Amino acid sequence: MSPKRLLAVFVARNKEFLRDRSALAWNILFPVLIVGGFAIAFSGEAIDVYKVALYQDKGNEQIAGQEFLKTDYIRFVQTDELDRAITNVERHQVDMLIDRNTQRYWVNTTSPKGYMLERVLTGTIGNTFKRQEVTGSEIRYVDWLLPGVLGMNMMFSALFGVGYVLVRYRKNGVLKRLKATPLSAVEFLTAQVASRILVIMSITVAVYFGTDIFVDFAMFGSYFNLFLVFALGAISLVSLGLLVASRTASEEFAGGILNVISWPMMFLSGVWFSLEGTAAWVQKFALIFPLTHVTAAARAVMIDGASLAQLSGHITALLAMTMAFLLLGAISFKWE
Amino acid sequence: MPDKETLLGVDHLSKSFGKLMAVNDISFGIGRGSCVGLLGPNGAGKTTTVEMLEGIKQPSSGTILYKGKPLDIGFRQEAGIMFQTTALPDHITAYETLKMFRDLYPRSTPIEQLVKACSLQEFLDRDARRLSGGQRQRLLLAIALINDPEIVFLDEPTTGLDPQARRNFWNLIREIGVRGKTVVLTTHYMEEAYELCDEILIMDRGKIIAEGTPDSLLAKHFNDVVVQLPAADLPEDFDSKGMDVLRANGAVEILTSDVNAAMEALMAGRVSLKNLKVRQRTLEDLFLELTGKELRDES
Repeated sequence: MSPKRLLAVFVARNKEFLRDRSALAWNILFPVLIVGGFAIAFSGEAIDVYKVALYQDKGNEQIAGQEFLKTDYIRFVQTDELDRAITNVERHQVDMLIDRNTQRYWVNTTSPKGYMLERVLTGTIGNTFKRQEVTGSEIRYVDWLLPGVLGMNMMFSALFGVGYVLVRYRKNGVLKRLKATPLSAVEFLTAQVASRILVIMSITVAVYFGTDIFVDFAMFGSYFNLFLVFALGAISLVSLGLLVASRTASEEFAGGILNVISWPMMFLSGVWFSLEGTAAWVQKFALIFPLTHVTAAARAVMIDGASLAQLSGHITALLAMTMAFLLLGAISFKWE
Repeated sequence: MPDKETLLGVDHLSKSFGKLMAVNDISFGIGRGSCVGLLGPNGAGKTTTVEMLEGIKQPSSGTILYKGKPLDIGFRQEAGIMFQTTALPDHITAYETLKMFRDLYPRSTPIEQLVKACSLQEFLDRDARRLSGGQRQRLLLAIALINDPEIVFLDEPTTGLDPQARRNFWNLIREIGVRGKTVVLTTHYMEEAYELCDEILIMDRGKIIAEGTPDSLLAKHFNDVVVQLPAADLPEDFDSKGMDVLRANGAVEILTSDVNAAMEALMAGRVSLKNLKVRQRTLEDLFLELTGKELRDES
């Protein structure tokens, strides 16, 4: 592989993208508009019932605090993981946690809903449960949404920015002209991948910090981990774009295939809503999409502060997909 | 064919697309420093042939040897190619396009030299999409020369150019030849081949039907000249004294090896000689003679 040849195509592709102002503007504006729109839409106080998590042994429901459970307008949800439930109280995702086995309850000292629920609890059953305090900022829907939106933007930029461009190059003869030079297919494809990853990561970082100024996102994890997750996601999605565009010279056909891939990925990768409530087969099916892993891993870093070890499953999946897409794409690639 | 050292040798070359035999068992050699023209009507197989020579298409059978070796990366480094139609990356200026292509080769011609040789000065900073037809062809020629090639393939380089631009382009091609480069020119313009080529190959239906220098081919097939008149000037009952008379497109052509005899016959028939022209036989006549088709016919 010749670095000089690779750099020549890489630089030309970057200039081509940066000077295509409409494409550049769309790549930046699209995620900003979505994040901004949701930030505004969900900025008011949510009109919701109080939410209390219950931790208790199964088949032992007739224990302390039974009277409190009869209170109207409170939604009680069962939880099997005490630590995770405590984190949810810290993040305001539940307003109170009650451990009926040990007769303890947790409230967030910064949560108005937690304060109200505590008054209801002690008014109903007295001081029979021991108070546990936690603190922490609220996780809003926009905090939860951001990783998915960034991932989705990355997906469109990767699939259409690489796939469509390659098909156009093939159709109008740019690839044929490059084939007549000493440039190898590997050098050409590497330059395309590198250029698009640079573009995607620059835009992702710019959009993240640009919108963070106004929305102040929750970020409990490491920026390095988040960058790594997005970078791996970008590589896998760009590789998928290369695979789709490896042979065809029809923009219509490529557009159809890219839509068939991108739309299910957008709706089934947990970008807009959590897949936790969906059927098990849907959750398993969604794992075939790189975007599912990008979204879940980025969310785990930002909201749960996940470590690299905790992300290893997603990272392995993204690496495996990248290898498979690149291998298949390189094998099936045709200049003409 | 070539007296000079053979740079590119073609042996029993064929290419088929399904049942269509686009190129059918052709063999020839291209001498170093020569300008070889590949002539034929659309669909004759000349672009398929030249794309196999360029290494773009794989032959179905037969061999192509460059400097005695199969086409490899060494050939791609030493070949300059100008395709019949080529798009360039969008949003890149003519200068940046040259720079990109320059960096793809280990050896290069200085850009300034190419800018001057191909007259690119006026549009060097312009987006390649905004160039006129002539400017674009000059840029594509400069790209074909960017690696200081040993052999240059020009596939119908003047198609779509106006007559003046075409003649300017011919001068550029002549200069390539002067610099000792080998040129393979595909064209369906007879005049272009006659002006530029040392050797020509005429193709039809995938076969080479004639090859040689333009003058030797004409001398071999013709010993007459053409006397041309407007059809309206020649009476229907004109006595041609045995000479062939062809009528087409409002004109009459009298084929004769004795111009004096033709003149005497015309004067005897009281034909006006005001619009009379006498011309030599051309490659177009040769092609018509060999195939019964015009060079620019769609096939």
